[in-house]
Amino acid sequence: MDRIPILRMGNFLLVTIQVDLYDRLALTLEADLVQMVKKTNAKGVLIDISAVSIVDSFMGRIIGNIASMSKILDSETVVVGMQPAVAITLIELGLPLKGVHTALDVEKGMLLLKSMIDENVDDADLDEQDDAFAE
Amino acid sequence: MLSLSKETIKVLKEQDVVLLRNRVKEVAVKIKMGLVNQTRLITAASELLRNMLRYANGGNCIVEIVSSGRNNGVRLTFIDKGPGIPDIALAMKDGYSTGKSLGLGLPGTKRLVNEFDIKSKVGEGTTVTIIKWANG
Amino acid sequence: MSSNNYKLLQKKKKEVLELWMKNQLADEGLREDLISNDELRSQSEELIEALIGNLSSNSVEDINSDEWSPVIEILGGIAITRARQGFSPRETGNFVFSLKEALIEVLQKELKNDIQALFSETLKIGRIMDNLSVVTFETFIKGREEVILRQTDEITDISTPVIRVWDGILALPIIGTLDSARTQVVMENLLQEIVETGSSIAILDISGVPAVDSLVAQHLIKTVSATRLMGAECIISGIRPEIAQTVVHLGIDLSNIITKSSLASALAYAFKVMRLEVRKVNAVQKSNLL
Repeated sequence: MDRIPILRMGNFLLVTIQVDLYDRLALTLEADLVQMVKKTNAKGVLIDISAVSIVDSFMGRIIGNIASMSKILDSETVVVGMQPAVAITLIELGLPLKGVHTALDVEKGMLLLKSMIDENVDDADLDEQDDAFAE
Repeated sequence: MLSLSKETIKVLKEQDVVLLRNRVKEVAVKIKMGLVNQTRLITAASELLRNMLRYANGGNCIVEIVSSGRNNGVRLTFIDKGPGIPDIALAMKDGYSTGKSLGLGLPGTKRLVNEFDIKSKVGEGTTVTIIKWANG
Repeated sequence: MSSNNYKLLQKKKKEVLELWMKNQLADEGLREDLISNDELRSQSEELIEALIGNLSSNSVEDINSDEWSPVIEILGGIAITRARQGFSPRETGNFVFSLKEALIEVLQKELKNDIQALFSETLKIGRIMDNLSVVTFETFIKGREEVILRQTDEITDISTPVIRVWDGILALPIIGTLDSARTQVVMENLLQEIVETGSSIAILDISGVPAVDSLVAQHLIKTVSATRLMGAECIISGIRPEIAQTVVHLGIDLSNIITKSSLASALAYAFKVMRLEVRKVNAVQKSNLL
């Protein structure tokens, strides 16, 4: 069965979704990711959806779930690279993905994650967060 | 309204959803629908297919290219023989759902398309028709 | 129409045309600036040819029948061209009405000894021509609508420039009324530009928007929400006091949106968020640098 690979980068987990998700694949990803967060003690999860052309309410719910579940495990989730058409459609569908952080690309997402984690731990290293701004 | 092409696709399992999405995309591209409208249409189709699989174990989807003189569009008709919807007005309300979803299936879907029509009979099934115009 | 009278009109075709042309040329509303007399004559001739040829048919009373479609086609073509050329509805209408008068005038001359026939034929001609006038107006209006639609498309296309004011900051001044179609274009352009430039802040300046009602506000909120989903922030600037008043009176909640009164203050805010500083260079320091 297909699986979406989860990459570990230091404190963070990186998931790049390259295919159109069907339900079971998305559910597997949700389960795998939560397991990985626990196992690696990751502080942040970065989901890159720049190659995803369709996000319907089910997919939106999975993304929301991953964010909430990670939060419970003390890890922040940032969704990066959402296509304009997908963003417009999600808003019209009535799914603003509340509670999910977003960034334009992986690089900006990393900075955002770092700044969020720094805020949680201490105030050090503020200079490195040039582009990032927490909401 | 004129129907320019018509085909019926059976949807019985989850993977069929991806197939149908691709087919709808092909048709939308053919009538030069813009990317955002394509995304709206395919997302709407995805929502309705999901409903069909969840509540009625699948059904048929008719994919048509329609024309109203000035404008071309894609018409999708979802026909299932499921349990039907007892109160359509209630099902069309934001935030209502009997299943385990977010409850924005039908009203959310309606916002994504230009025309939305639903007919349902308890015990017989549900038919949902949507139209998205190429530039609408 | 009885075959005798039909043949009569067929024979008098020339006369009808001359009479009609005379009527048209005598009309004060003649638009020689828009159409030459020769062109007018050839249009008229074509229409009479088709019309009189059709009077013999069985379904003369039924304007929807197939036999009428050539006539309607010619008339429709003329009406559409006239709408595009800028003829007024009255001028276009008179084109058909003056034909009716010409037809009746010829009949009157020919049938002056048979009042009964004259009456019934006049009635028939009247009915047919009335139907044709309706067709003319319908097509005329359709032609006008097409002109309007095309212009709307053009306006929408030219009036949504996305400006890159700073590295990472986009500005989009909106001028004119915001309707759903326009918002759609504005939103798509803005989001696309955000992706292309990798800008994390977009400023939507509405100082050129005459009024904000709840629908426009909804469109703005939608644009801001979509921008956020993509990972950028959208600031709305250029809110005039009147607009602030209406927004509150209408009970629209903009509290989740960053609003600034002017483009300048929005830009200042964007600089602050991006930790940029704009400073005046001290004159003494500057001379030291040189």
